[in-house]
Amino acid sequence: MTLVKTQVNRRSFLKTSALAGGGLMIGFSWGCNPTETERPAPKEWFEMNAFLSIADNGQVTIMSPNPEIGQNVKTSMPMIIAEELDIKWEDVIVKQAPLNSTAYTRQVAGGSQSIRQGWAGLRMVGATARQLMINTAAKEWGVDASTLTTQEGVVLNGNKKLSYAELASKAVGQEVPEEVPLKDPKNFSIIGKSKINVDLEEIITGKPLFGVDYKTEGMVYAAVLRPPSFGTKLKSFDDSDARKVNGVLDIVTFDDNENDRSKEIRGEKIAVIATNTWAAFKGKKALKAQWQKSDKLENTNDHDRELNRLLDTSNSESVKRADGNVRRAFANADGTLERTYEAPFLPHNTLEPMNFFANVTDDKVELVGPIQTPDWTHGRVAGLLKRDRSQISLEMTRMGGGFGRRLYGDFALEAAAISDKIRKPVKVQFSREDDMTAGTYRPASKYKIRAAYKDGKVTGYHLTGAGVRMGNATRQNWFPAGGIENYKIESHNLDSNITTGAWRAPITNFLAIAEQSFFDELAQEMQVDAVQLRLDILERAKNNPVGEIDYEPEKMIGVINLAAEKGNWSNPESGVSKGFSCYYSHNTYVAEVADVSSQGGQPKITKMTAAVDCGIVVNPEAAINQVQGGVVDGIGHAMYGDFSFVDGTPQANNFDKFRLIRTKEAPEVDVHFVESLNDPTGLGEPSLPPAGGALANAIAGATGRRVYKIPFTKQDIAMG
Amino acid sequence: MKSYSIKINGQNKSVEADPDTPMLWVLRDELDMKGTKFGCGIGQCGACTIHLDGNAVRSCQIPVSAVSGSSITTIEGLSEKGDHPLQKAWKQHDVPQCGYCQAGQIMNAAALLNRNNSPSHEEIEDATHGNICRCGTYNKIKAAITTAAQEV
Repeated sequence: MTLVKTQVNRRSFLKTSALAGGGLMIGFSWGCNPTETERPAPKEWFEMNAFLSIADNGQVTIMSPNPEIGQNVKTSMPMIIAEELDIKWEDVIVKQAPLNSTAYTRQVAGGSQSIRQGWAGLRMVGATARQLMINTAAKEWGVDASTLTTQEGVVLNGNKKLSYAELASKAVGQEVPEEVPLKDPKNFSIIGKSKINVDLEEIITGKPLFGVDYKTEGMVYAAVLRPPSFGTKLKSFDDSDARKVNGVLDIVTFDDNENDRSKEIRGEKIAVIATNTWAAFKGKKALKAQWQKSDKLENTNDHDRELNRLLDTSNSESVKRADGNVRRAFANADGTLERTYEAPFLPHNTLEPMNFFANVTDDKVELVGPIQTPDWTHGRVAGLLKRDRSQISLEMTRMGGGFGRRLYGDFALEAAAISDKIRKPVKVQFSREDDMTAGTYRPASKYKIRAAYKDGKVTGYHLTGAGVRMGNATRQNWFPAGGIENYKIESHNLDSNITTGAWRAPITNFLAIAEQSFFDELAQEMQVDAVQLRLDILERAKNNPVGEIDYEPEKMIGVINLAAEKGNWSNPESGVSKGFSCYYSHNTYVAEVADVSSQGGQPKITKMTAAVDCGIVVNPEAAINQVQGGVVDGIGHAMYGDFSFVDGTPQANNFDKFRLIRTKEAPEVDVHFVESLNDPTGLGEPSLPPAGGALANAIAGATGRRVYKIPFTKQDIAMG
Repeated sequence: MKSYSIKINGQNKSVEADPDTPMLWVLRDELDMKGTKFGCGIGQCGACTIHLDGNAVRSCQIPVSAVSGSSITTIEGLSEKGDHPLQKAWKQHDVPQCGYCQAGQIMNAAALLNRNNSPSHEEIEDATHGNICRCGTYNKIKAAITTAAQEV
C-alpha cells in the first residue's frame, strides 16, 4: 500500500461541479448498461467529484475525461478509477465528460499519453472517493477510520457493513482527505482483467454515437467548397445551378482564417447550406468556381529534388547530435554501408470523414463533434469568433478514428464560422474527397543512413533526415544513440504551403522503417545475426553509454529477446523468411518478427509476432487489439501508402485511388506483453513504427530484393 | 421531390426524397437511422452496408427510386435484442476499436452466413475483403465471424 497526497486532483473534488444539480443528480439516463433489469432504478445520484457520482442503488457513474478515438480510453480510464474506488465493474456506468479544463487535466487524445499521464490522477480520484466512504462510515459508527476496510462497494467494520449506496448522501460535502492509500498493483482486480468496450452495445446495434450521427432540432447541413490546390484561392463563383438543387437553402462565403497570411493565400470558402447531407453535396457539385494562384504551386517531383539536395547538405543548424568523430570512424573502417530511404505524404483517412456541429447565437456558442484536442480547438474558436471562452461549450462525441487528423480543429472552425454567419445550428460534413484533399498530411521525407564497421562492431553511424514541413525529422537520443562511439544525427526542414501534421506515431512511422531496414542490411554486410547486431549496440548503451540517451536499453533488450523467442527467430519454419525490427516510441518498447513465405511465386506475409513492454496492461484484450491494429496499419501504409501533389493538387481523393490495407492482406498478429508492475505507458502508436521494417526485412529474405521506398508496391513487390 | 414507400426492418416507411438520393442518406437524414455509416460514397469501403432482399449492398450506391418493392434490413433491424450470433460474437471477441466500420462489417458478414453457414477461412476473407477497417481489427473480425458461424 502506498500513501499519496491528494493535492493533484483536490481541485476537482473541492471546486467543481461538472454535472448539473449542484451535487445531486436526478433522472439520469441509463447509459451503457441496458441489459441490467433486476436492480431498482436509482432515485438519487450523489456527486463525489467531477468524475464520480454514486447512486442510492449502488451504481456508480464515472465520467471518462479524454476523447475516444478507438484507443479504448473510454473503457480503460474508468477502469483505473473503479479499481481504486473498490467497486464491482458491473456497477459502473461510463459517460463521456465534456470539455472542462477546471475539473479535468489534459483532455487530449494524442501521443499515446492518455493512460500514462492520466494514471496517477485517476487512481487518486478513485482512492479519494473510497477514503471519503470510509471516513463517512467511521463517523456513522463512531470508530477510527483506520480500522475500516472496503470490498466491492461496501465499507466493512468486522461483521458490520455499510454500502457506498447508503453512504453516498452523507459523503457529499465531507472534507476531502489529505492523504489516501493506493492499492498494491499486485492486488488489482479490475486492472489487468479484460473489460468489454463500454460503447460496444451501441456500436453493434447501430445507435447514434459519432459526430456524423449528431443532430438537433432545426439543424442544417453544410458542404464546403475549398480551394482545390494548395497555393490557390477563390476568385469568383456562379451558384445559380446550385441554388436550384432541391433542399439547398442558401449559399454563403465565409472566412475561417486565423491570421492575415492564411487569408492571403487561402481566401474565403463557400458553404452550401441544405436541409440534408445529400442536397448539400449535390449543391456543392453544381457550384461553378474560378480560382486564382495565391502562392507557389508545389510538386512532388520538386520536393524530391529538394530533399535529395538537403540530404547532402550539412551545416551547424542541421546537426542534432554529434558524438565522437564520425569522419575518422569511416576512414578507419573495415567496411561501410550507405543507403537512402524515402516516403510520401499520407492522408489519415479516418473512416468517419471530418465533421463538426456548431450553434452560434448572440450569447453562446455550442460545439459538438469528434475532436482530439477539445481545449485547443475551444480556444481557437473563441479567437476566430472573438468570443469569451466562458460563452463556449464543447462536447466530444465518439470518433470514427483519429490517427492525428482530429488534432487539427479546422473543421470545427469552419462550422463555427458558418454558424456565426447564418445564425443557425449547422453540421459541416466533409465528403471522402474533401477529407482526403483538405488534409493535414504526414510529411514526405527521406533519410540517408551510413554506417562504418570494424572488427565485427559498428564504429560509426551518420543519419541525415529531411522532410517537407516536418520540423526535426529525427529522434537523436533514441536507439542507436549511446551504443555507437561515433554518432551523428542531422535534420533538414523543407518549407511548404501544404498542411502537414502528426500522423499516427509522428516522425517515427517512417524513421523506424528506414533505420530498422538499414540495420538488417548492415548485419548482412557484416555477416552477423540481425538480432545480435542490435543486442551488441544495446549492451554498449546499457553498460557504458556514449552521451545521454532517452530510452532504457534494458527494456529494449527485453522485448527483443521475447519477440525472437515467440517469433522463432533462430529456428524459422521451412519456407518462411523472417524479418526483425524493434523500436521505442511513446515510452513503450516493441519488437516484431514478420513471417513472409512464397506462395505461387509471390511473397505473402503470413504472420507478425509482436513483443511489447508498456508497463502494466490495463485492459488486456483491448491492448492486444491496439497492437494488432498498429501492426496492420504499419504494414498497410508501408505496402500501399502513396500520395503526391501536382501543381499543389492532391493526386488521390478516394479509396479507388488510395489503397488501404484490407482483410486478405492483414496477417495474423500474435501479441505478447512483458509482465510488468511498472506504471503503464503508451499503446495506441508504438506497435506501428517497427512493422514496416520487419516486413521489408522479411521481403528481402524471401525475394533477395531490398525495398527503400514507400509504398513497397511501387518497386514491383507484389504480395499474394 | 417524390414520395416513396419502403419496407425497412419489416415496417413500411414513407419518405419524400429526390429519386437519385442514395438509400444511405434516406436512412440517416430522413429516417434518423444512424447505424448505417457514411465512409466513401463510392461503394469502396463497406461502412454503409445494408441488406436488400437478403443480399449485402452498399447503400451509398442504391438510389431510393430503385428499392420499391424490395425489403431492406439495416443494423438496427438485424436482431430485435442485439443478439444475432454475429453481435454476440462481436461482444465475445470485443472486436471494435473506433467502431465506425463495424455495423457495415456485421451486416456484410450476416449476408455471408445467410448463404453459407460454415464458411472456410478463405471464404470469410473473400466475402469481407470489400469492407475496410481503418483501425485494422481484421484479426478479430475474422475470429468473430468464425465463432458466429458455429452458432447459426
